[in-house]
Amino acid sequence: MQVKMTVNGTEVSGEIEPRLLLVHFVRNHLGLTGTHWGCDTSQCGTCVLLLDGEPVKSCTVLTAMADGHEVRTVEGLEVDGRLDPVQEGFMQEHGLQCGFCTPGMMLTARWLLDNDPDPDDHTIREAISGQLCRCTGYENIVRAVRWAAEHGGEEQAEREPQESSQEVQA
Amino acid sequence: MTSTEQHAAPPTTSPAGNPIGFGRMLRKEDARFLRGQGHYLDDLTMPGMLHAAILRSPVAHAKIMSIDTRQAEEHPKVKAVIIGATLESLNLAWMPTLSADVQAVLATDKVRFQGQEVAMVIAEDEYSARDALELIDVEYDVLPPVVDAHKALDPDAPVIRDDVEGRTDNHIFDWESGDKARTDEVFDKADVVVSQSMLYPRSHPAPMETCGTIASMDKVTGRLTVWSTNQAPHAHRTVYALVAGIPEHNIQIISPDIGGGFGNKVGIYPGYVLAVVGSIITGKPVKWVEDRSENLMSTSFARDYHMKGEIAATRDGKILGLRVDVLADHGAFNGTAQPTKFPAGFFHIFTGSYDLQAAHCKVTGVYTNKAPGGVAYACSFRITEAVYLVERMVDVLADELGVDPAELRMNNLLKPEQFPYTTKTGWEYDSGDYPRALQKALAMAGYDELRREQREKRERGELMGIGISFFTEGVGAGPRKHMDILGLGMADGCELRVHPTGKAQLRLSVQTQGQGHETTFAQIVSQELGIPPEDIDVIHGDTNNTPFGLGTYGSRSTPVSGAAAAVVSQRIRDKARVITAAALECSPDDLEWEQGRWYVKGDREKGKTIQEVAMLSHGTLELPEGVEGHLDASVVYDPPNLTYPFGAYVCVVDVDPGTGQVTVRRFIAVDDCGPRINPMIVEGQVHGGLADGVGMALMQVIPFDEDGNCVGNSFMDYLLPTSMECPSWETGETVTPSPHHPLGLKGIGESATVGSPAAVVNAVIDALEPYGVRHADMPLTPANVWMAMQGRPMRTDLAVQ
Repeated sequence: MQVKMTVNGTEVSGEIEPRLLLVHFVRNHLGLTGTHWGCDTSQCGTCVLLLDGEPVKSCTVLTAMADGHEVRTVEGLEVDGRLDPVQEGFMQEHGLQCGFCTPGMMLTARWLLDNDPDPDDHTIREAISGQLCRCTGYENIVRAVRWAAEHGGEEQAEREPQESSQEVQA
Repeated sequence: MTSTEQHAAPPTTSPAGNPIGFGRMLRKEDARFLRGQGHYLDDLTMPGMLHAAILRSPVAHAKIMSIDTRQAEEHPKVKAVIIGATLESLNLAWMPTLSADVQAVLATDKVRFQGQEVAMVIAEDEYSARDALELIDVEYDVLPPVVDAHKALDPDAPVIRDDVEGRTDNHIFDWESGDKARTDEVFDKADVVVSQSMLYPRSHPAPMETCGTIASMDKVTGRLTVWSTNQAPHAHRTVYALVAGIPEHNIQIISPDIGGGFGNKVGIYPGYVLAVVGSIITGKPVKWVEDRSENLMSTSFARDYHMKGEIAATRDGKILGLRVDVLADHGAFNGTAQPTKFPAGFFHIFTGSYDLQAAHCKVTGVYTNKAPGGVAYACSFRITEAVYLVERMVDVLADELGVDPAELRMNNLLKPEQFPYTTKTGWEYDSGDYPRALQKALAMAGYDELRREQREKRERGELMGIGISFFTEGVGAGPRKHMDILGLGMADGCELRVHPTGKAQLRLSVQTQGQGHETTFAQIVSQELGIPPEDIDVIHGDTNNTPFGLGTYGSRSTPVSGAAAAVVSQRIRDKARVITAAALECSPDDLEWEQGRWYVKGDREKGKTIQEVAMLSHGTLELPEGVEGHLDASVVYDPPNLTYPFGAYVCVVDVDPGTGQVTVRRFIAVDDCGPRINPMIVEGQVHGGLADGVGMALMQVIPFDEDGNCVGNSFMDYLLPTSMECPSWETGETVTPSPHHPLGLKGIGESATVGSPAAVVNAVIDALEPYGVRHADMPLTPANVWMAMQGRPMRTDLAVQ
């Protein structure tokens, strides 16, 4: 079947198997491997990306369900060579070690700050509670999100819609 | 909250704003990870690459009667189906384990645990490979399984390893350490002897990235390239050479970015070997990545120690001796990764941090119908089990004597003047100031105030517990004459090249899985040579581009490879002195070192920076007799001893008396790992280990039902701690350098995983004091705590029927 969606501001389309999971479309068909896969049961959250601005576990979303929608992945966080405050916060506060859960964590943090620019620690912990990290014990992730909140985190970089489009073969 | 010790002048700063040498420095590797540009195994693709999937046994113990692969082979996208018979023809059906046993690559005669590898399908894409698994028809004749380790040696127990000729039981080994006669004597004369049985249940490290590999055999050149999730690329290369008979110089192992290891990625799994076979058969690169269930069911479980401890003491609280009898469940193949001399790893460090008169342990290893493995999971070769045992026993003794567990520990800890200290089982602890660490942790916790609060709460019927753990780790394996993996001594190579412009490349044998080697090893070189860390590139994870060494596990990178990096830097510094002297036409003895340059004593202006020396060494300067050009050096570092980091932990919990739900309210961790290369990274290592400890103490277990079904085979059942179970960690430090490490450093990677579970369990048991509970096994789930409150704690290794 044919799907068309906007990924990180670029329109993409492709011919896919109906059963194809969104995580596999993004990783294998678009080559955006920053979105990871870590479990079979929608528990780990390494596959989290933003679908119309909301965090979803892309291992539990069929590609077809994203047809006509907007997807944002970790590759879309940096704009014009400028890191998102969330990315900067993760670096400043050592919010990552192996880096595998990091893209999903950062996208959830992006969503949180878009909706609550000044969250307290408990709110941050609740926001990321559906995602697992085995390295950091979460403390520095909480600090990283707080850092972002304190450093212009609410000002999500506005993306200019891009004219380009990309044809993807499934 | 963080409490640090001021122990050095603040570092000077590089042009990029980094410390020259040790200090808080943001990580170099973050630049790619933050942008989603890490290259983990599953992110890699090769031209023409095929995808593999493994068919696994649905039962724990059964004869294989037949395997029909015809339908799978007819699938239009399937390129090959491999079964045990295919491998038998290549003499590859069995492979050696890391413990002198063998393990089936694919089952030929029997399956011996649920999830065991039975067949591999290789197809054009991953979805098709998995589709085809369902087209394979295997007929099993189910046999009774051995599930309970305590029944493995029963006379009528089914024999699991009948592949080994003459084997009539499930016994693997007996091993002991310490002086039994002397220990018995001490126990006979003691005022007080308390015993307690306890289980350190089967657990799994579960890194967020599962295990996987891509194998590519070039038939023309005979070269095998293997990309794989692995913590020890050089050891893997040697094992592939031995198993597959491929000349070692034709094998290249590349370990790309690793999404967490924790021991899970030390071993070589059947899937890795099968991908190699698949590439040989198909002539294409073959990728295999396990899913989460496969990861939890088949790769590298940890612990599974059934321990009976006994502790002897005087009536007034002087600990005299410790005796332990262990039943070790090793699963269906003995696949633990540890030095040959030590089949129970370093468990015999179980005397912990205390001054005892005698100690003895006996460990019996048995086969069961469970996945093989046995060491993995940030355990420092079973020091995790040892620390848990002794720290639980001390609390049990405190309960018996009716004394405060902090006071009992303080009165029995080794004293600073006793170091170096040789334990009753032969370990030589290098350095420590234990009472100071415990005092600091108690002060940070506000221990007296917590006890007062607890008394008040108990009067109101509220359950609050305070748990203490004091641990001594032993990391940096190890002296090569004592410690090996498969006969390979645990020394590590390191090469440093300083280029003409003064920028450097450091080549390591160890492999980061998130620890930040690209940053910390640059800082070690920077500390020794004064080169800015941003000018030092750290190269690792590729056997063709790095010197031989045994890899990263057991917290050995800093103690072993970090020492190698320091020594190789010192060699460069010494050579730079000779070259500077030649350039300045003076004697090397006339020169003095300051950060980044040699200068003439008494004439500070006259000197050469390391960057100037680098150019001179590659230039036309006439060098003294015997001095070669260029500024390169290499070293193989054989550690003279382990390093012994230690720490004092305090955990505060609240228990809901109605549900048994435990909440970790606070966790205070004082760690001493000697000087800290990068305090930010050290703290991160500790944080992660503390979360591990909370997980193991309260949530994580891989249990089995009576049929041998693995009941912890997904994240729906195998519960890992989230941000909601973890408190905001409170960390502190003391600094006691190692006397034998060139920079005084000790490993830190596993300290918190080793030390924290006992603190959590001690806290929960302390909370349950009004119910007269002396012990309950991990994980202390609400159900288990509630049962303990009813006087019927659970066998957590056996799934509730």
